[in-house]
Order: sequence, then C-alpha cells, then structure tokens
Amino acid sequence: MKKLLLVFLSMLSFLFVQSQDLLDLLGEEEVTQEFVEASFKTTRVINVQSLENVAGGVLDFKISHRFGRLNGGAYELFGLDQATMRFGFDYGINDWLMVGVGRNSFEKTYDAFFKAKVLRQQKGKKNIPLSILWASGITAKTIKRSDNNEIDFKHRLAYVHQLIIGSKISKGTSFELVPTVVHRNLVATADENNLVYIIGAALRQKLTKRIAINAEYFYILPNQVADNIKNSLSIGFDIETGGHVFQLHFTNSTSMSDKGFLTETNGDWLDGDIHFGFNISRVFTVKR
Amino acid sequence: MKTKLGLGIGFCLIVFFSSISAIAQNGEKYFTKDGHVSFYSETKIETIEADNHKATSVLDSENGKMEFAILIKAFEFEKALMQEHFNENYMDSDEFPKAIFKGAIANIDEVNFGEAGTYNVRVEGDLTIHGVTQAVSAEGTLEVDGDGGIKAVSEFPVKPADYDIKIPSVVVDNIAEEMSVKVNIDYKVFKR
Repeated sequence: MKKLLLVFLSMLSFLFVQSQDLLDLLGEEEVTQEFVEASFKTTRVINVQSLENVAGGVLDFKISHRFGRLNGGAYELFGLDQATMRFGFDYGINDWLMVGVGRNSFEKTYDAFFKAKVLRQQKGKKNIPLSILWASGITAKTIKRSDNNEIDFKHRLAYVHQLIIGSKISKGTSFELVPTVVHRNLVATADENNLVYIIGAALRQKLTKRIAINAEYFYILPNQVADNIKNSLSIGFDIETGGHVFQLHFTNSTSMSDKGFLTETNGDWLDGDIHFGFNISRVFTVKR
Repeated sequence: MKTKLGLGIGFCLIVFFSSISAIAQNGEKYFTKDGHVSFYSETKIETIEADNHKATSVLDSENGKMEFAILIKAFEFEKALMQEHFNENYMDSDEFPKAIFKGAIANIDEVNFGEAGTYNVRVEGDLTIHGVTQAVSAEGTLEVDGDGGIKAVSEFPVKPADYDIKIPSVVVDNIAEEMSVKVNIDYKVFKR
C-alpha cells in the first residue's frame, strides 16, 4: 500500500516538473521603475497649469475662447455674442521642461512661461506618490489706457510663480494644490497689494476613458486685492479624440492669462456672471 | 522489517522517476530577455508602428514548447501621445501589464537543433492580450546557427477586437482592424 502511495507521489512530482512554466526558468524578473503618466488630459486643467507637460519634441497648439456672461440673457445669446480668445504654442524641450507663449485678446495680453517637473510621481523599486512642478510666467498687458496716458512698459508687466503639487491617486482621479504668488508691477489703487498670495486646488475625475470632469478653485488670501475681485472657480469637461483634446467649461473668469484669472476675476457665480468657454489642444510631433 | 523494505523500494522508485524526469529535461533550453516584437497598423489616414525590445521568451528544444512574456508598457511609439493613449485608453496596461503566449512548435520533429540551417515551423498556442486568451497559430522560421544561437522570425495578424480592445468611432479610420505582429528573437542557450 505504502509502496503504491510512494510511486503515486513520485509520479506526481514528475508531472509537476513537466508542467512547470518555461518562463519561470528565467527567475524573478527585475522590477522596472516607471513614471505615472496621464494624470490630466492636457497641460492645463482649465485655466491653471496641470501636472502634465507636453513631451519632449512635441508642440501643442492651443486655441481657447471665453464667451460673455450667461446672465446676458437671450438678447446676448447667453454671452455667445461676445468672445475673447487666446492662442498659444507650448513646446516640450525635453521630458521635464516645457516653454510656452500666448496672446489673449482680453486686454491685448501677451504671456510667456516655463514649467519644469521637479519631482515626478513614480512606482517600482521606489515609490514616489506625488509630483512637484514649478511654473513661472510673465504677462504684458498692451491695451491702450482709457485715459490715453502713456505708461512705462515695465508697469504693464506682471509675474506669476507657482508650485504645482499633486498626485494621480487612482486610474481616474487626480488632484493638485497650487500655491501661487502674483506680482503686479502696477495696481489701480494704493489699497491693493502688488504681491498677491493665492492658494489653488484642482481635481480631475475620469467619467469614461476619453471624457473627464475637471474643477479648479483659487482662494486669494484676504486683504490683498480690490473688493470687487472674486475667487476664480471653473468647472468643465475634457473630451479626447486622438490628437485633440476639447475642453468645455463654465467659469467666472474672463481672462485666460495666469495673472488675469488669478487676480482680476470679477464675476460672481451666484449672480450668473458665468462664462461658457473652451480650449482646444492639438499636438504635433516636431522632433523625435 | 516489511515497512523498511517498502520504504527502500519507494525510495528507489523516487530516484528512478526523478532520473527519468531529468532525462526528459535533457534537451537544451533557449532563452532571450531582449527579444524584438513589433506591431504595425496601416490605414489610408495613418500608419502606426510600435517596437518592444524587452520581450522575454523560452524555447525548449526537447518538446518544442515556447513561451513569451511581453511588457505592454515597453512598446515604444514614434509619438509620445500615441504611447500614452495606447497604455491608457486601449490596453489598460496597469490592469493587464503583459501579453503572454504559451504554445509549442507543432512540427518540432522537422527541426534539428544540432545542425545549422533554416527550418520552417508552425507555432500553435494560446495568446493572452488585454486579459483575453485566444488560440493562435503562426508560420515562421528557426535559423539554427550551429553555435548555440537560434534566430526565430515570424509575422502573424492580430485583431484588436478579438481581445476586447475597443476602438472608438472617431478614430476608427486611423486604426487598422487587423494589426501585423512581427517577432524577431535571438535565442541563446540557457545555462543553469
């Protein structure tokens, strides 16, 4: 009986050896280190910089519109009769540094910026759960003054510096916190600060593989800006179709330049001062 | 006394069978960790090509068994955004990190691993992509160089739809219904 059992057992071990996976011969494979990608669909959440850069050698052409206010009613076709637009070119110098320029018809504003990935969220041998990016930009408002007085060009400039700290916490959900300082070389009244501290937050939730809902909010720390200035709040959708990303949103900000939506938003959501708008992003691979 | 005898016989039997299994494993095994696997999609609008140089594979010359493991994220595209979409929107690479093939050379008897030459082979087995397993077969060649190296080459079609990879209607004209997969492996002798 025992003999039989032993024979049976040795047969089993024989079978086991034979059915072993061939690939197991190669032993444990090395754990690869990989960067977490696609936290947001494009380089902007709505108005604010996202955790993403354009890849090295890729040019991103962006066209954005903000229409008039919804509370303009049917006469203004809910704001569609007025539109301001920004177009811009963003270029990835390498996989951690991008630069961009743009022109916004609102106050005839030019802007330029860079954004660098300081720390990249990654997993594998070592886990880094969040990304940190640094973005700095300059804007020049070139619209003629209503009083026709000439001012020095330097007084038309403003600077924005931001840290973008965030994480893709699951396949569909990403968030970021954006401590920001804006320096305006010239302000309207002595009551306003030239240097304004702002804290921003943004969230992305995917609804399907190609559609996501986004929101962003900027809290201006108290007693820094004129009383009529509101915190910027935007809510929108990303729709991705191959090389394009369409972003459709509602916002109380008219300006699309960083300094503008951060420190010059005067629309109130509760009063219906809401603008419909869109960004369209189209990428071109310029250099391989 | 009787039990001791039983144990003794049993022990002999174990030794006997394990030696058989050792003999069975006597044929050489060949492997690679940097095999080249690529796929190619062509439509009137767009040509898409991606290369993976990190395919691992083992070939057992004794019984013709062949296995592949291919890391999906290791496919490299010309356009960065394509690569992102490939992993994020089509292959769900975080969920299904690897494509696996387990099969065998059906006409292994026609291959003489000891003699240099090029042999036409037919490989049959199960291919798992995106969590879906399908039976596949492919024609290819084995080029035995007689110096311990074997070059394996094959090209076969794969339909994304068979593996539950959905292509949305907006890009349906950009992505072929049938991709051409090319395999190009330089096997080396596996030493324990």
